[in-house]
Amino acid sequence: MKAVVVVFPGINRERDMARTLKIVSGHEPAMVWHADTQLPAGTDLVVIPGGFSYGDYLRCGAIAARSPIMDAVRAFAAKGGLTLGVCNGFQILCEAGLLPGVLMRNAQLRFICRDVYLKVERSDTPFTRGYNAGQVIRVPVAHGEGNYIADAETIARLEGEGRVIFRYASPDGMIDPNWNHNGAINAIAGIVSERGNVLGMMPHPENHVEASVGRTDGRGLFAGLVDQLGKAA
Amino acid sequence: MKARVTVTLKTGILDPQGKAIEGALRSLGVNGVASVRQGKVFDIEIEGSDKAAAEALLKQAADRLLANTVIENYKVEVVA
Repeated sequence: MKAVVVVFPGINRERDMARTLKIVSGHEPAMVWHADTQLPAGTDLVVIPGGFSYGDYLRCGAIAARSPIMDAVRAFAAKGGLTLGVCNGFQILCEAGLLPGVLMRNAQLRFICRDVYLKVERSDTPFTRGYNAGQVIRVPVAHGEGNYIADAETIARLEGEGRVIFRYASPDGMIDPNWNHNGAINAIAGIVSERGNVLGMMPHPENHVEASVGRTDGRGLFAGLVDQLGKAA
Repeated sequence: MKARVTVTLKTGILDPQGKAIEGALRSLGVNGVASVRQGKVFDIEIEGSDKAAAEALLKQAADRLLANTVIENYKVEVVA
């Protein structure tokens, strides 16, 4: 795996992400600065981590989405390159037009920082091959703007094409408003692009990969990517 | 030239911040407020004096950065 972690001013979860990629894949990812215009040759995974790029000025992810490196990320994704955005990374991918919709202020107006349960909707994607469809995983969230919304037509298309990959759920996998922490439409926590090679998600799977932290539920996502890329290579 | 771009949420988009402000006004005793929607105002100075060109430039700025047209509408005005 030749992963890249894109770093923007104000991003603060890039080292968690780099550590996880190293632990799971055995390879140190390249850290690429927002002002760069090219990804390293041979890059096979681009990760946009969480944080507060540009202090969330204007709209979350809006300014980062227009940085020089994003043209290279857009070209990489257009060629089918695997691209993962977590938290602020999801917001950036939406603002960059790589994923539809937008992440609005949480319905309860509060910053939410806690573990949540996610229902994995599909296991036949490069990002979820390490899980079973219907499996429930527990991973942390930490965001103030994670309330996913898009126009009705887009939501219908996402649902119809099976592009909702993760939903907020109860510990036993029920979709219930009481477990939909930020009010996202249809409890959407993560979606993929039309071709399925770009995933954006609000929760942080990278924070649950080591037993010493208590849980390893996030490991499947990264182990699945390593497996996928190992087969492709 | 002075110009202003006003960005507002589209109808039907939930505005939790507007709702919170609405509630705060009510608790302050500012009565008669039916609803509040929060938006953004950008005051921009434009070089030159070509009004049509300025409007085109502002429209470009709004489309490319100032507004997210998935959820927001915008209005462009050259003030003076």
